[in-house]
Amino acid sequence: MARTRYGTDRGLTVRMFGTLFGLGLMYVILAAALYALGVNAIFVLGFSAALLFGQWWYSDTLSMKAMRAVEVTPEQAPQLHAVVDRLCAMADMPKPRVGIADTDAPNAFATGRSPDRSVVVVTTGLLRRLNRDELEGVLAHELSHVAHRDVTVMTVASFTAILAGFMVRSAMWGSMMRGRRDQNTAVIFLAVMVVSVVVYLISYLLINALSRYRELGADRGAALLTGQPTALASALTKITGDMASIPTKDIRQMEAVSAFSFAPAVAGKREFTLEQWFSTHPPLEKRLAQLAKIAGEIGGR
Amino acid sequence: MGFLDAVLGRRKPARPDLDSLFAVPTAAITLQAAMDLVPTGRASVAFRSPEGRAFADVEAEVRALLDADGGPPVQVSQDGFGFDWVVIETDPADVGAAVIDAHAVNTSLVEGGFGPQLLCSTVSFRGPDGEPMALVYLYKAGTFYPFVPVASKDQERNNVQELQIRDLLDGELPMEKNVSRWFAVWDAPGL
Repeated sequence: MARTRYGTDRGLTVRMFGTLFGLGLMYVILAAALYALGVNAIFVLGFSAALLFGQWWYSDTLSMKAMRAVEVTPEQAPQLHAVVDRLCAMADMPKPRVGIADTDAPNAFATGRSPDRSVVVVTTGLLRRLNRDELEGVLAHELSHVAHRDVTVMTVASFTAILAGFMVRSAMWGSMMRGRRDQNTAVIFLAVMVVSVVVYLISYLLINALSRYRELGADRGAALLTGQPTALASALTKITGDMASIPTKDIRQMEAVSAFSFAPAVAGKREFTLEQWFSTHPPLEKRLAQLAKIAGEIGGR
Repeated sequence: MGFLDAVLGRRKPARPDLDSLFAVPTAAITLQAAMDLVPTGRASVAFRSPEGRAFADVEAEVRALLDADGGPPVQVSQDGFGFDWVVIETDPADVGAAVIDAHAVNTSLVEGGFGPQLLCSTVSFRGPDGEPMALVYLYKAGTFYPFVPVASKDQERNNVQELQIRDLLDGELPMEKNVSRWFAVWDAPGL
């Protein structure tokens, strides 16, 4: 009886699943390498897990501090709150807290360990540049991140990369301190180092690939919720166009949260496919193409 | 949302639940008896009008549907947030008929595939001194909540009365337990 005009995007689901599987495989390889190493493994594991857990648990507070954002009440920002209210009512999700960061770079991000403890932040530059429908699209995109629990998913995914980073250090340290004593130990440590560098690189690429798929997923969720894919496409075009022209100082400030923000604050050429592999957000053309496809799905009968 | 949907970043659009609307006329009798709140016979349906030609067709369908059986006149207007409001007016005031028409509008929108864009429905009442009150129905949650704007003041709600209405109607209608979801609908058409 009830149906929706939006078909499922099976391709995106399959790619996302593949990426998650790849990350899991990396973890297995890493565990094997750790076993070969034998020492300090539990300590490294525990320490990095604790660090990452803290980062995830306090993600809302940390990101708000990093962006110098302040939470606003419905009285302080009635329009912004009203848009979020309506989107949450349509999506049937708990309303996150709302924050504003006083910076001219147009951007938005959502963070928090669970939908009940999330915060959606927009910059004053974003509020200045976007019209009502575009702002609604951007907020719907961020609310999709909240609904999809992207902070949790990305934190879990980051675990392997961080773990590998610790291994590289401990292997380097170990080979320097104890390598000369025994020829065999040095070889083992060298092997472990090479393995963890490779593991780190691959997991890094996979995390970024996952992040790009999550972005496409959030774009899709936003277009599906508002029924206005074109407004979101227009917001994206405005923001990424402006992004390219902001000064370097601002860009460096933004990098701390770029993984969960609306558009990456890194200006650069889009010529190399290699660069796309290292990017947390899909290229603009790809996002616009997806939105155009959804617009076609809604418009046609 | 299920675990797998969260992990894979899929969002299933929340399905609207429309049948609870039919319990409103009974609740209206309770409201009149206990708090002297009289239904105005007006109901409205709010939705985010999606872009594209298909939606224009559905909108025409809705109009045709309501005009065909010599039903009550409807007005369609847009609010400041880009939401469309279909306002159903009954004369003489008949809350039962208004609710049935509101249900018909909702059903056509859902059958057209625009269920995800439905926001809420309202049924309006007036107090003894003519002050407005609305029962707002959240489709996706399937719950109601009262909205009582203070007429003399800008953007202020009479929370005390809202809580009284919630307690009064608790057994008759599914009331929204989470008060943070009671979002305001200032100046909503049909209030």
